Formats: sequence, C-alpha cells, structure tokens
Amino acid sequence: MERQLYGYRRENGKVGIRNHVVILPVDDISNAACEQVANQIQGTLALPHAYGRLQYGEDLDLHFRTMIGTGSNPNVAAVVVIGIEENWSKQIADGIAETGKPVAYFSIERNGDLETIRKASWKAKEFVQWASELRTEPVELGDLTVSIKCGESDTTTGLGSCPTVGVTIDRLLDSGATVFFGETSELTGGEHIIAGRMATPQLKEQFMNTYNKYVGQIESQGVDLLGSQPTQGNITGGLSTIEEKALGNIEKTGTKEVIGVLKPAEAPKDGSGLYFMDTSSAAAECITLMAAAGAVVHFFPTGQGNIIGNPIEPVIKLTANPITASTMSEHIDVDVKGLLSRELTLPEAGDSLMECLVRTVNGRLTSAEALGHKEFVMTKLYPSA
Amino acid sequence: MHKFLIHYKGDHVGVAVEDIEKNEKVLGVHMDDDSIIEVVAKEAVPLGHKISVAELPPNQPVIEYMVQIGSAPNGLSVGDYVHTHNIKTSRW
Repeated sequence: MERQLYGYRRENGKVGIRNHVVILPVDDISNAACEQVANQIQGTLALPHAYGRLQYGEDLDLHFRTMIGTGSNPNVAAVVVIGIEENWSKQIADGIAETGKPVAYFSIERNGDLETIRKASWKAKEFVQWASELRTEPVELGDLTVSIKCGESDTTTGLGSCPTVGVTIDRLLDSGATVFFGETSELTGGEHIIAGRMATPQLKEQFMNTYNKYVGQIESQGVDLLGSQPTQGNITGGLSTIEEKALGNIEKTGTKEVIGVLKPAEAPKDGSGLYFMDTSSAAAECITLMAAAGAVVHFFPTGQGNIIGNPIEPVIKLTANPITASTMSEHIDVDVKGLLSRELTLPEAGDSLMECLVRTVNGRLTSAEALGHKEFVMTKLYPSA
Repeated sequence: MHKFLIHYKGDHVGVAVEDIEKNEKVLGVHMDDDSIIEVVAKEAVPLGHKISVAELPPNQPVIEYMVQIGSAPNGLSVGDYVHTHNIKTSRW
C-alpha cells in the first residue's frame, strides 16, 4: 500500500505537493491589481484578503508572518508581491526570498494600477513558464508537513473521523513527518490532556499560558458562548458542551508527545514532530495560519459538513456522519461512516485516509480543490490604528 | 444490531448512530471492550445525539470519553435524551 510519493523539492530542501505561482497582495487595496494579473497570466493564483493597512505591533507581526509564510510555503513555486507602498512590499518579498525561490515585488504608488499590472504580468508570465517546467521527484512521508483541524463537528467526529485522523497522524509521526494542530479555545475541557502530552515542563507551562490567554480574552467579553462555541451546527449534530466538543476534537491529535508550542503562522524550528499552534477554531483562519507555517496538506474531519478549502494547501475531508456522507458527498474525500455501524475498523479507516493522502500528494485534486474552495483568511488580533 | 455507541465503560452517555424512537428498546456497544448494554429510550434520540446510560443525582458531573463534559442540574435517568436542555458546560 505504501506507494512511492512524488513532490516538488524546493530550493531550501522543503517538499511541496503543488506548484502554485502566487500573486500576493500586501494589503486590501492591492487585491484588484493582483486579481488582474492572475486573470491575465494563466496558471497563476491571486490571494485577495481584507487587511494590511494601519496594523501595528503584534498584529502587524502576524500579518507579515502570514504573508511571508504563505509565499514561502513549499506548495508555492514563485511569488509576485504587489502592495500600495514600496517598503512593506519589499519587506515581504525579502522574507520570501530567504527560501531561495523566485520572488519579485511591485508597488502601486507612483505607478497606478495599470502600469503595476503591466509590469507584474510580465514577471508573472516569466515565473509561471519557469514553474511549469519543474518536475516532481521521489519524496518520503517524513518530508511532509501536515496540518489537522476539524469543523462543523458533531458526535460522529469524536466517534469516527477524528480517531481516523488520530491513527493516521501517529503513523505519519512515526515516519518522521511534521504535524500541526491548533484550535486553542476548542481544547477547553481537554486542555489538561494536551498539557499532559507536552514533552517538557517548560512546554507545558508555555502551552497553559497560551491557552489561558486566549480563553481569558474570550471570557472577558462576558457573553454566553452557547451557539458560538459550540456552534449552532455542533448543537444540531448532538454536541451539548464545549468540553464534549473538545474531547472529540482531541481524538484527531493521536497519542504522541507534543514537541513545540507555536505562535500563529510560526514555522517550527525544532525538527519533525507534533506541534501545537495557537489559532482560532474558525476553519479558514486556522488553515491559513497553518499553511503559512509550511503545512502542505490538511486533514479535515467534519460531522455536519464544513466545506472549507485553502488556495495553496489541499484539504482532505472525511466524515463518519452517514447523513453528511450521502447529502454532501461531493465535499467528502474519505467516507468512514462504517465506523458507526462497526462494519469498518479504525485501522481500515486509517488505511483509507493514508491511501487518499498518497493520491493527493501525487497530484489527485481533493474535493475542495475540484470545487474551487480557496478560503484565504487572515487572523486579526485587534483593531487597526 | 446496535443503535448507539459508548466511548468507554463507565461513561454516563452513549451516542445514537441511528435515529432512536421513544420507548424503543435499543442496544449499545462499549467501544473499548465491545460489551453490550440494553436501554429503553424514554424519548426519541436523533442520530448523533446522546442517550443516558446512568442514574445521576442533580448537579453531578456527566462523564463521556472518561472525562467530565459538563453537569446535569436536574440529574439524569437511564434512557433520557441528553442534550443542552439537561446538561450544561462547567466552563463558560
């Protein structure tokens, strides 16, 4: 079953499974120029988003980290950066250039959209034709960085789809892969379980500080979270409390120790293994942050049917909910509803997910890719100045 | 054929994997040791929703996954439909 994997080994040695040429806006008002370039030059991908103006402090650091990280992701072959001002555009291009991949930047002030689009389109054409000649080469499971996050969870995620991811993650970690999990608020009720899996007392303290800060921010709003966390969809699916949701969620993290606590969009520096990342539990924000930290493929267990995708990181979706599997089958890559009827064992379900992973790495489009889901959503820590 | 699953022996609730009707006698399987339990549902329990397999006095912790998932202000009886109307988070 362990078929040969093929990927793109980038200039810095990291392995990608897609070969995007990204047209990256530094800020909201540069979206239009980026989209025009991507319309002009076939095979390029614009990543419009809502922010990048008058941010400051930690929030600005996160914006830069997400921009640079997205461009640096090994699924991206080359990047054209476009921003309104030269300074920040150059900072982001310089950050991406550290990977060794081709990157160019353009700023709109003193040029206008039309001249910027003209110049950026020439560069985008050069990059995309260069990238189209890159070839995949044999790679190993241990070369992959995988992210995990579930959504529209219900009780079937805890019974079926999350344990399926859990056994698969254990196998990937045994093969030397790197894995990110996050969803800080959604560990509530099981945070002691994650804390107990931290590799060192220092990491445990770092994790609990991160957790308490995030949850403290939520609690400071003084509102009843029933309907938001758990969501209305969670409740419809049978989840009654945040604790119950968290315990199902944690099933997908497997059983291995956690070797690092990452800031949002922070790339790991301590080698391969399982990392916790401080993220929102909202799917698009979370996956955008994990892709910016270098994840090249995502496992997404769903109960009621979250349809999320990401523009640069393929999202593999699985469900154990028989209603979702039949009414939303176009969104589901791996159907594990047999776990509920007990016609399927957990190792068999894990094998199905591993098979789907291998095919996805080797180029098969996920359902989210085929359906055009490209949710790219920046995380904002506080209001802009 | 089972109609609900219980994560661990000792959990207070199981999860319906098919719709359960009121007064229906249903079988549940403990996923940790494959042992079977029979319960009469006091109310309808839709797929994915929970059924009580324990007698709990008021304000006791409710256990699923061998961990507390909240508490039951008015307690629970075997066969009760368990959801947001009769269990509450202990966290926020």
